[in-house]
Amino acid sequence: MELAVAFIGAFIVGGLLCVAAQLVVDVGRLPPPTVMVLSVSLGAVASGLGLYDPLVKVGGAGATVPLPGFGHVLVQGIIADVSRHGLVGLLGGGLEAAAMGVTAAVLFGYLAALFFNPKV
Amino acid sequence: MKATMQQEQEFKKLQRKHLPSRPVLRNALLAFLVGGAISAVGEGVRQFFLARGIGPEAAAGPTAAVMIFLGALLTGLGVYDEIGRVGGMGAFLPITGFANSIVAPAMDFKREGWILGMGAKMFTIAGPVVVYGLLTSFAVGLVYYILYIPR
Repeated sequence: MELAVAFIGAFIVGGLLCVAAQLVVDVGRLPPPTVMVLSVSLGAVASGLGLYDPLVKVGGAGATVPLPGFGHVLVQGIIADVSRHGLVGLLGGGLEAAAMGVTAAVLFGYLAALFFNPKV
Repeated sequence: MKATMQQEQEFKKLQRKHLPSRPVLRNALLAFLVGGAISAVGEGVRQFFLARGIGPEAAAGPTAAVMIFLGALLTGLGVYDEIGRVGGMGAFLPITGFANSIVAPAMDFKREGWILGMGAKMFTIAGPVVVYGLLTSFAVGLVYYILYIPR
C-alpha cells in the first residue's frame, strides 16, 4: 500500500513538472534546451527557499529525477557544506553532492555514443 | 536594408499569427503521461535502493545514475527519439532526457573526431545545464551563507 502511494506520488509530481515545462515550450514559445536550463535554475532557487524538499517528500523520484531535482541536489550540497565548513563550502558542496549524476552522465553518455551510431 | 523596430515588431506579430497553432492540451497530457511514467520507473529504482538499506538522501545519486544509464542506452538504440517525439518535455525534463541530450549530439558528431567532435559536442545542451545550474546554486548558497551562517 505504502509502495503504491510512492509510485502514484512519483507519477503525479514528475508528470506535473513535465506539464509545466511543456506549457513553457508551447505557450511561452521557448525552445526545449532553454527550458531544460531554466528548470535546473528554478529548482535551485525553489530548493533555497525550502519549497523543493516537500515536493521530494511527496514525489520521491518524481521530484528528484526531473531536472529541477538537479538544481535541488546542487543547492542542498552547497548548504550542507557551507554549514560545516563555512565559505569554502560554496565552491565544493554542489558538485560533491551531484558527483554521481555528473560522472554517470559523462561515462554512460560517452560509452553509448562510442558503441552506437545514429539511426538515419 | 535595415528594418526599423516597429517593422520588426509588426513582423513578429504577423509571424506569430501564421505559425501553426500547437495542440497545447494534447502536448500537456502526453508530457504528463510520459514524464509521469519515467518518474514512476525512477521511483522503482529508488525503492530498490531503499530496500537495500540505503537512506532516502543517499538513494538519489544511484537512482540518477541508473536513470542516466537507461536514457543513454535507449538513445543509442534509437528508442528515446521516439519517446521524445511523443512525450516532448515529458521525455526531456527527466534526467533520462539529460542523458539523451548528451548521447544524441555525441553520436552525430563522432566522425568529426574524438576531441572537438564527440568530446565537445556531448555538452551542447548538458554544458549550459551544468553552467547555469552551478551559477544559480552558487548564488543561492551565497545568500544562504549571508543570511544564516553566524560569524
